[in-house]
Amino acid sequence: MAYIQVEEGIPGIRSLFQFNPETGGPLCDLAQALLRGPSPLSAAERELIAAYVSHRNGCMFCMNSHAMAARCLLGDQQHIVDEILIEQNTSALSAKMKSLLLIAGKVQVNGKSVKAEDIEMARNAGAGDADIHDTVLIAASFSMFNRYVDGLNTLTPSGRWAYEEMGKRMSEKGYQL
Amino acid sequence: MPYIDVDKNLPGIRALLAFSPETAAPIGALAELLLRRSDSLSMADRELIGMYVSYLNDCFYCNHSHGEIAICYLNGNRELVDAVRKDYRQAPITEKLKSLLQIAAKVQQGGRSVLPRDIEQAKEQGASDHDIHDTVLIAATFCMMNRYVDGLATIAPQDMSSYPLRAKQIVEKGYGNHIFLQPQPQPL
Repeated sequence: MAYIQVEEGIPGIRSLFQFNPETGGPLCDLAQALLRGPSPLSAAERELIAAYVSHRNGCMFCMNSHAMAARCLLGDQQHIVDEILIEQNTSALSAKMKSLLLIAGKVQVNGKSVKAEDIEMARNAGAGDADIHDTVLIAASFSMFNRYVDGLNTLTPSGRWAYEEMGKRMSEKGYQL
Repeated sequence: MPYIDVDKNLPGIRALLAFSPETAAPIGALAELLLRRSDSLSMADRELIGMYVSYLNDCFYCNHSHGEIAICYLNGNRELVDAVRKDYRQAPITEKLKSLLQIAAKVQQGGRSVLPRDIEQAKEQGASDHDIHDTVLIAATFCMMNRYVDGLATIAPQDMSSYPLRAKQIVEKGYGNHIFLQPQPQPL
């Protein structure tokens, strides 16, 4: 049961968008700009960062939904998602993506955990300012979304298959109220 | 030194908002909606929640920026803001605000740290669903802002006398685009 009176049966963040559409607007716009807007990172890579941070925060709703969106976007490469989230095996990733996930993991802990040498490593692997900016802001914004969703104890469907339709919609239509 | 090539004349989040206008627009709109509303939570209450979460996250820039804004709304009552930082449970604030700060502190640790009894306590002190919603979202939003600001090592002005001047800009004009088009004000 959610901690506030949201409409029953609506899962996760969607129940909060409906409870308070006013803030739902900019939150959706932020997700759309970050995960689908112009970026040197592909939409799949950005969804992976989002799922990874949500996984580290133990937010099952965001983790499952963004992991599913990443699977849809990755197509025949979708095994990467489980390798990263379940097996902690990043061998299929580029050196650049590995270094960006490391930065995202540090941001999940705290902003100050990100050290100059982490940035250096990403740059040596080919990351530019926009890659680094987008990675930090995606990780920071999921540190927000995860807390919003779990801090109000919203409905979290169990089992990854409950997220199939959601992930498909997110991969095709992006984020809108 | 910031980790990316931002305008060196802009401090903290201002430099990042200027670097990335596409994401700046929704972030600015969110701050305006959450912090510039006065209903059963005053603007001072909202800034205190943002300040306290920033303090817990050890984000110098956000902690002091929002502390100064709260001081403006509180007619200069710096002691109150310092008392909240030191121990909000002993601070001269309402029991309702104490219970909401407790929820905010739990959100800072992680969403799942918020327990039913934290919510019950707030409701017993008269907090509405909207108060609880806004508290959780303000706390969550600052967990984003603090990580954005510190994760990219932006500049936090060390001259503390510049913070009240900047706070005045926000108090007068809100969280519009003007905040990332102006450098930190220089004390005379």
